[in-house]
Amino acid sequence: LQDLNPLTVTKPAKPQAARRSLAEKLFDRGFIALTFVFAISVGFIILGIALTIAYGALPAITTYGLKFLATSAWNPVAGREDYGALPMIVGTVVSATIAVCIAVPLGVGMAIFLSEDFIPSFIRMALVFLVELLAAIPSVVYGLWGIFVLIPLIKPVGVWLNTYLGWFPLFSTPPAGLGMLPTGIVLAIMILPIITAISRDSLLALPSELRQAAYALGATRWDAIFQILIPAAASGMVGGIMLALGRALGETMAVTMLIGNSNRLSPSLLAPANTIASLLANQFAEAKAMQVSALMYAALILLVMTLLINLVAEHIVNRVRANYH
Amino acid sequence: MEHHSVNQSIFRAGDLKQRSSIARTLFAVAMTVLVTACAIVTLIPLFAVLFYVGFQGIHRLDLAMFTQLPPAPGIENGGIGNAILGTLIVVGVASVFSVPFGVFAGIYLSEFGAGKLRYGIRLAANVLSGVPAILVGVFIYGLLVATGIFGFSAMAGSAALAVLMLPTITRSTDEALQLVPQEIRWAATAVGASSPQTVLSIILPAALPGIVTGVILAIARVAGEAAPLLFTALGSSLWFQGLLAPTSTLSVVIYNFAIAPFQEQQELAWTGSLILVLMVLITSVIARCICCRR
Repeated sequence: LQDLNPLTVTKPAKPQAARRSLAEKLFDRGFIALTFVFAISVGFIILGIALTIAYGALPAITTYGLKFLATSAWNPVAGREDYGALPMIVGTVVSATIAVCIAVPLGVGMAIFLSEDFIPSFIRMALVFLVELLAAIPSVVYGLWGIFVLIPLIKPVGVWLNTYLGWFPLFSTPPAGLGMLPTGIVLAIMILPIITAISRDSLLALPSELRQAAYALGATRWDAIFQILIPAAASGMVGGIMLALGRALGETMAVTMLIGNSNRLSPSLLAPANTIASLLANQFAEAKAMQVSALMYAALILLVMTLLINLVAEHIVNRVRANYH
Repeated sequence: MEHHSVNQSIFRAGDLKQRSSIARTLFAVAMTVLVTACAIVTLIPLFAVLFYVGFQGIHRLDLAMFTQLPPAPGIENGGIGNAILGTLIVVGVASVFSVPFGVFAGIYLSEFGAGKLRYGIRLAANVLSGVPAILVGVFIYGLLVATGIFGFSAMAGSAALAVLMLPTITRSTDEALQLVPQEIRWAATAVGASSPQTVLSIILPAALPGIVTGVILAIARVAGEAAPLLFTALGSSLWFQGLLAPTSTLSVVIYNFAIAPFQEQQELAWTGSLILVLMVLITSVIARCICCRR
């Protein structure tokens, strides 16, 4: 503190530019370039997936055209080959829809339970962790459990539905064991963690003033939840549900083990069915020539479905983030 | 934890005493019971699956399971040693490719990227994580198997798993780096560090626990995947024959044995599931601990 007189303060040294050695500069440039190459490659992989599958599907697209989407023949016998993916497309959409219908009320309920102070915070954290574990169990293990535990368990339900509600198309066949119903239930279990996690995140991301204002106006906890919090978090929840739907559409192993892999179109939930992912899992390894191309065509349809749903979900989730952060 | 805003409001719902009509009270009680039921119903499958896998898998969990080859159909004993080894190798090779790839991409997104390009790559990573695993298998089949570059092989299986891991690793690296306070970057720049120096010696070490957690979770997740391996790594009844030969993996063996009509094979499938679930759960818990210790 001696040199307070501005005249005596020594001039600061000039910034010492360009003192880094060439090797250092090259390293710096190279490092940034390297991270750039890897990052841009992530984008190219998406492109690569789309192009590879589309290229593989080209022979089938030129041979069968749009008829592929609307017919239900699947005949790989050489010379009499004919392919149509309608039953698999329908099966994919129906199984994912059943899963979402079961999982949404449960998942949103669970998310409300975990975002409110019903229970002490450490138990809540433990439950959040358990939900994460639910997502960590591999698909084949759910499939195995479905075959040997769930299917015998719900068989009486299927018999009851067919006996008393058999006039209704959805329950019009005697339960075959394997089929749409156990598939939908297991898919619901598998997408529950996503719906729960994203719905809970959307509820927790809301500003606490919303809740305080609601209470100040005399709202009960449930008035606040239904009239303030859920409407405010709804778009985030919808985004999460769409992500879950995308996951259910493409889920493979558990589905292929439980759905029965039948290419016949049936309105009944108790009958075996098929999905695109399950078809691929079953036939790809042994497929030849045109069958490979037809499978690629089916894969392309699944890719387009999941990409569209994910892009919309991404858009919704991003918009919510922009609102509250 | 970062999510506390709602629950740390100045008062809690339970603190508030108010005169409510009976209908309102009944509705509130009914709803509370309902969401509690939702929570219980959601967790039943978790415990049911864990219980059955443990119950059915435990009595074949012996040394032979890890050291012997699968038996011919209808014959007892034997193990799935080749599949366990195969899973470790295929997942290990996939990590060797995917971890540096994903970490570098994450560094670019968080530290160097900007504007529309960064937005586009983040979107691509998110979309890639939504692509079904089976389609990644189809992609690798079309790219590496059908073209004859690798054929059905452990290498092709690793490539498929590497693609599956990539978005998770990229995203968690990106997020972990963003959590490092901006002041630290300014301070490093102020003492004369170039931006790569800042990233490599300051930011990356600070974000390491978050990145490691993301990497371990990604590895745990793909270790249980069977769909992308069905027609890349294929399967084999032999011990590991090298990276360019078809390889047996735990998840594919569970699938094949679960749908087989032989009880001995189904028992192997249960024990294989137990081993797989233990591997996945233990790694998930370890990952969680690394992140929470901070």
